[in-house]
Amino acid sequence: MTKTETQFQMSGNIKNKTINVMLAGNPNCGKTTLFNQLTGSSQYVGNWPGVTVEKKSGRVRGKTGIDIKVVDLPGIYSLSPYTPEEIITRNCVLNDSPDVIINIIDASNIERNLYLTTQLAELAKPIVIALNMYDILEKNGDKIDVDLLEKQLDIPIVPISASKNIGIDKLIKKVIELNNKSNYINVKNIYSYEIDRTLNKIENELDINTCCRRWTAVKLFEGDSVTWERCNFTKEQKNRILAHLNQIQTLKNFDREMLIADERYKYICSITKNTVFRKHPADYITISDKIDNVIANRFFAIPFFLFLMLAVFTVTFGTPGTLLRNGAEYFINDILGSTIQKFLIAVGASYTAQSLVIDGMVAGVGSVISFLPQILLLFTLLSLLEDSGYMSRAAFIMDKPLRFIGLSGRAFVPMLMGFGCTVPAVLAARTLENQKDKRLTILITPFMSCSAKMPVYLLFISYFFADKGPLIIFAVYLLGIAVGVLTALFFKSTILKGENAPFVMELPPYRLPSPKSMSLHVWNRLKDFLVRAGTVLLGASVIIWFLQSFNFSIKMVSADESMLASIGKIISPVFSVCGFGDWRAAVSLLTGIAAKESIVSTLSVLYTDAGFASAFTPLSAFSFIVFVLLYTPCIAAVSAIYKEMGSTKWTLVSVFYQLFAAWLASALVFQIGTLIINLGMI
Amino acid sequence: MKTLDDLKIGETGTVARLGSSGALRRRIIDMGITPETSVKKLKTAPFGDPVILLVRGYRLSIRKSEAMKIFLKG
Repeated sequence: MTKTETQFQMSGNIKNKTINVMLAGNPNCGKTTLFNQLTGSSQYVGNWPGVTVEKKSGRVRGKTGIDIKVVDLPGIYSLSPYTPEEIITRNCVLNDSPDVIINIIDASNIERNLYLTTQLAELAKPIVIALNMYDILEKNGDKIDVDLLEKQLDIPIVPISASKNIGIDKLIKKVIELNNKSNYINVKNIYSYEIDRTLNKIENELDINTCCRRWTAVKLFEGDSVTWERCNFTKEQKNRILAHLNQIQTLKNFDREMLIADERYKYICSITKNTVFRKHPADYITISDKIDNVIANRFFAIPFFLFLMLAVFTVTFGTPGTLLRNGAEYFINDILGSTIQKFLIAVGASYTAQSLVIDGMVAGVGSVISFLPQILLLFTLLSLLEDSGYMSRAAFIMDKPLRFIGLSGRAFVPMLMGFGCTVPAVLAARTLENQKDKRLTILITPFMSCSAKMPVYLLFISYFFADKGPLIIFAVYLLGIAVGVLTALFFKSTILKGENAPFVMELPPYRLPSPKSMSLHVWNRLKDFLVRAGTVLLGASVIIWFLQSFNFSIKMVSADESMLASIGKIISPVFSVCGFGDWRAAVSLLTGIAAKESIVSTLSVLYTDAGFASAFTPLSAFSFIVFVLLYTPCIAAVSAIYKEMGSTKWTLVSVFYQLFAAWLASALVFQIGTLIINLGMI
Repeated sequence: MKTLDDLKIGETGTVARLGSSGALRRRIIDMGITPETSVKKLKTAPFGDPVILLVRGYRLSIRKSEAMKIFLKG
């Protein structure tokens, strides 16, 4: 190819081709924040390793005039194929073949972050390092000689601050520049003479078309079974490679996996030695350490954890939460409801139309929206724990107790998130390292009472347990946890036997939660809620209204003779033993499959105030609450479970197990409760 | 031979070799625990397990059972 042809092709590239950029880096180094800055989207960010669990893609906003597609990959420490995240990243690099890799690095933790860089550099792709949190590093009094580091690594570096949007434009410019130099390949030898020579010999054995030759050779050297299979060697090739490997083995003390890692780290140390300057010695006690000395202290950690949970609980369900709800209720019923009614009367709407809007829409959706402030409050508090970095401490503290039920401390994070919403909690379980651990966690997470179930409890409490509210709520949450533990023990000793999951976890420094990230969390939740209120809940309310207002010949009748009553009466007998055999209760549980808040809207549509108060006794109200706590989560959660279980069988196990557990527990509550009451009367 | 588990809180040791095997060993190597690395034991959890280590300037938590398989020099 002549020079002009090359130039022509390259300019063609610039105009038409999309630049595919891959964002790779360690967990919790600000990758998602950078992704959000680059693409203007609002992905979920937290302060614990492993927040991003699947790859997401977006396009670079702004007026670059060039189409850049960015893929945000899960955070990884290495390209070894041991965790799902590592496999996703590895396959993405090898199969999707990005044009440029952005390797984001946490400046304050540069040594370990560069370990991944040394692996990425062997993939024969253009790389740019985004040196993140550089501002924090400087504020701490540390210094990195960026120019020298760049020169020694032979990889371009752009210092950025993802959270403050500093250096992002420069980074984009660099990406475009690198893409135009597509023949730029920066495979650099980082190994000692003997190992380099062996790697070269292995490279010579590879098929001419093999991509990432150095990387493949290194993986073969390490004994990576996936790569060995992929290469499809003939017997002679295999024997020759093995001979090379045996030769090097006799020279060195360590096994080959350790040899490579050791040389990578040695290479890194040789570079950081004269480019990274720390104000304090390596074992300097940081503020994070001081905080940990108090709240992760051997004696104080557990009391503090309980105190924190109690505080979250008290704020959400105690006076602050209740005040918020009362305000919202007043607004919905007394202001919004009556205004709409006046308006309908004024415009002369028919009785059916008035009933549809007031009894159907306002009663259904409004009853749920009044709980929104309280749900958001719980969410804010949970995301505060998450953003601050406390979650990984909780995992650290809870590892030992969780091992008793066959889980590792890392399973604690999804479980805690489950109190907010089951969907992200189930997705978070993906970071768990083995399949058994993951399945067990997904099975018990729905028992952690999600915030959408809260309106149901609060509705029943306001009618039947006005004076014992906090006690009932506390009992319900505890019962959920207890059933989760029993479930884990049951499955652990039957179908999910196996070794205990490992526990190797980084503890990130504490961070002050940024208002931006916090509001992002809460906004995402609010949006999700409003979308559901406008679609599922509104739709369900209208359908319920229709089914309960008409009979099968579409004549307006009283609820007792309606279509809904006929449907409800078919399933309600199942619940007689639990104490709520009324068809209305059965129907509300059915709609709860769509969304848990639907239970409240359905009950509000179907019952009058007085009707509701007389339909339940305190005991049957409690057994109803127990059923709602434990039974199959909403459709959204079930589909998340299906996705993460990766198996129809396990999804069905989860759905029916929860249904059965709920029925059994609530029947037990009602029957034993009845017995106690009767005995008391004798 | 002395292991990481034998370190008292606040004590530092230098890694000689890793005794475990498989994926978990690889994970620990990837996290930067390689020969000649100096590791400081910062604290233990309320139930005595797991432990927090200071490795290469960051905080890493592993279990006692793994710490017992990391052999130290001297």
